[in-house]
Amino acid sequence: MKIIGAGVLKGLLVTLTHFFKTYTNDLQKRIKRVSKKELIQDRSSAQATGLFTIEYPEQQLVPPEEYRMIPFLVYEPSENGDRNYRCTACGICSKVCPTQCIWITRKKDEITGKPVAQSAEFYIDIDRCMNCGSCAEFCPFDAIKMDHDFEISTYQRGSTRIFTKERLGKSLDYYAKIRPENYRIEEAERKQKAG
Amino acid sequence: MSEQNPIQPVYLEILSKFGENLRLDDRPNYFGIIAQTEKILEVLTFIKDSLFYDFLSSVTAVDDFPEEKIEIIYHLYQSVGGVGIEIKVFVSREDSQVPSITHLYPGAELQEREIYDLFGVKFIDHPDLRRILLWEGFAGHPLRKDWTEPQYEEPAKPFKSRWPEGKGVLTESLNPYNDNVQYPRKFDPAKFEPDNEQTLYRKLQQKSNDTPNTLHTDQLIVNLGPQHPSTHGVFRMVAALEGETIVDLKPVIGYLHRNHEKIGERNTYLQIMPYTDRLDYLSSMNNSFGYAITIERMMGIQPAIRAEYIRIMMAELTRIASHIWSIGFLLNDLGAYFTPALYAMEERELILDIFEALAGSRMMCNYLRFGGVVRDINEEILKKVSDLVYNRLERKTDELDRYLTDNEIIRSRCEGVGILTSEQAIAYSVTGPLLRSSGVPYDIRRADPYGIYDQLEFDICTRQHGDVYDRYLIRLDEIRQSLRILKQVLTQIPEGPVMNGKVQYNVRVPAGEMYGRVEGPRGELGFYVVSDGKPNPKRFHVRAPSFVNITSLAEMCRGAKIADAVTILGSVDIVLGEVDR
Repeated sequence: MKIIGAGVLKGLLVTLTHFFKTYTNDLQKRIKRVSKKELIQDRSSAQATGLFTIEYPEQQLVPPEEYRMIPFLVYEPSENGDRNYRCTACGICSKVCPTQCIWITRKKDEITGKPVAQSAEFYIDIDRCMNCGSCAEFCPFDAIKMDHDFEISTYQRGSTRIFTKERLGKSLDYYAKIRPENYRIEEAERKQKAG
Repeated sequence: MSEQNPIQPVYLEILSKFGENLRLDDRPNYFGIIAQTEKILEVLTFIKDSLFYDFLSSVTAVDDFPEEKIEIIYHLYQSVGGVGIEIKVFVSREDSQVPSITHLYPGAELQEREIYDLFGVKFIDHPDLRRILLWEGFAGHPLRKDWTEPQYEEPAKPFKSRWPEGKGVLTESLNPYNDNVQYPRKFDPAKFEPDNEQTLYRKLQQKSNDTPNTLHTDQLIVNLGPQHPSTHGVFRMVAALEGETIVDLKPVIGYLHRNHEKIGERNTYLQIMPYTDRLDYLSSMNNSFGYAITIERMMGIQPAIRAEYIRIMMAELTRIASHIWSIGFLLNDLGAYFTPALYAMEERELILDIFEALAGSRMMCNYLRFGGVVRDINEEILKKVSDLVYNRLERKTDELDRYLTDNEIIRSRCEGVGILTSEQAIAYSVTGPLLRSSGVPYDIRRADPYGIYDQLEFDICTRQHGDVYDRYLIRLDEIRQSLRILKQVLTQIPEGPVMNGKVQYNVRVPAGEMYGRVEGPRGELGFYVVSDGKPNPKRFHVRAPSFVNITSLAEMCRGAKIADAVTILGSVDIVLGEVDR
């Protein structure tokens, strides 16, 4: 005999299980005194049950190494506090950019007037950038990399969203921090080339 | 008759039947038969009725400017699978007219409207020839090569102004209206009178007057959308109602149109890759897959073996994520408010975590390259994938099954609603789960294998009723088949490089044409690319599955209640990023 409504009840049992699991799971975690970091990791693993969300911005997911937000320019700090940008103004990033949001002017030698391998100005229109990562992928000098910082919202559109060289520059240490594995491989390659 | 173009026997059969009225396209790397404009209907009738090429995959056009002609290209296949045929018609650019083939292949209706809109080619005897993607006051036809937009800079990227002078400009400052809106050059809003709505409504009325009625009743026209949660984006359905019953229905699209194809013609081949992610944003990996294999076939290169496995792994994960999402939202459309959708989202989230770790972005992956993939998949991510496949997704699919399948309310709302018979489905060029739920076992992974799908074991799922309930069930079936594929891929994946050679940002694609198709979660995703040897393609056409699938929406909705229209649309599972392109 077929009972009308049995299918609905069977389905509601699933909802009920989900509902109770959020409590039992939470309780278990509290008894075990699981740290916040482990809690976040657990909730993005295949074993996750119960509550699935975390409370942003108090808790934050750690972005994976390859995660990419807008690009930044890598500079090596020098003794006198100057920024030694790795960029040589070769223009490959602005050529491969699908939205053409990068524009660069070359620096000219003050005495001879000949162009030198440095950028005078470097702009990225952040509103147009589609975070595809092509610029970082094809840069032959490891000078432009993709950032992890995604909290870049502002109140205005327009010219405030065109980032200058000053705003785009981030130190090599920062890069080593957000992408340790990539940094290690690249440094080894650079050493090999130099030596 | 060069070595590059071996003539298929079916072409010889058509040629012998029509003799001098047809000729082979003998340009190097081009395929197909060129027919005379007045003979096209005769040729297509013969192909459909005598050769049984019943499935029209795509209709598209190419502007040959500065030559004085536009090519209309038909891609036809058999619904039992196999190699396709390509028929071309040349029309002049000045007075471009071609007979409509909608009475032979109803699936051409929206595609012909698209060509009319973007190329200005008139289709004689088309039932409803109006602009489809652009607004009715739009000046010109953008896919013609001599058309330029108000902010026109250069015919192709990269723009010379960016380097070494560095003269980027805010797009807003280029616009005469100083805003994001574009108008034709001499446009006067005060003088503009839109007439499109009335034409649209008249088309509906005409149809409904045909129905015999003893008692005179008034018809009601209801606009569903464009801003409506049930339409999955900005999509509008205009329904003519007789009481609560739908007499006729027309989809209105184009609210999200950005002319993906023109953007593609301006970009270099590699620059198109991230744009393909944005077509059907729920299955970005699959879109790039389709584009990558099309270009690889043109260039004549093979991707690395390990990359092939990674690609299929990613494509199947995408399929699961997309299907599970659409199941959740179908139930949302029925009124099971958000609980199933949120359960589905949990699984999707875990899959997107994998994409994020591997490709760097959750949805806009940009992971594939011509000849391989960007980076290798490491042990950690592989473990994550196998963890998901072996320990979670199967269990969760079963749970979803237990949760919803036997639910009496769902069954009574879904069974027998929005029926599409197999004949109708093929005629309307419907693909994907929609076609297979109507009982046609047509899946490009088997019918026209690409990648390494021919080495993998899986079944093509079919269901027999072709209603909303079957479309829901078939998605569950396909998730299970995808898991089956994933298990094989995970055990068989070989070691090795993931890229043949170094990734080039300036690829050379030899002149010629290619139509590549993949089975996306929503159906057949085709890329028709024409190259003239330059760094950017001459023509880049996307045969979007959702766009062609909604051609059958009116047929499914006719006779149904207005409340069911939302469910039927949900079961088609459109993604507006792809419909509007």
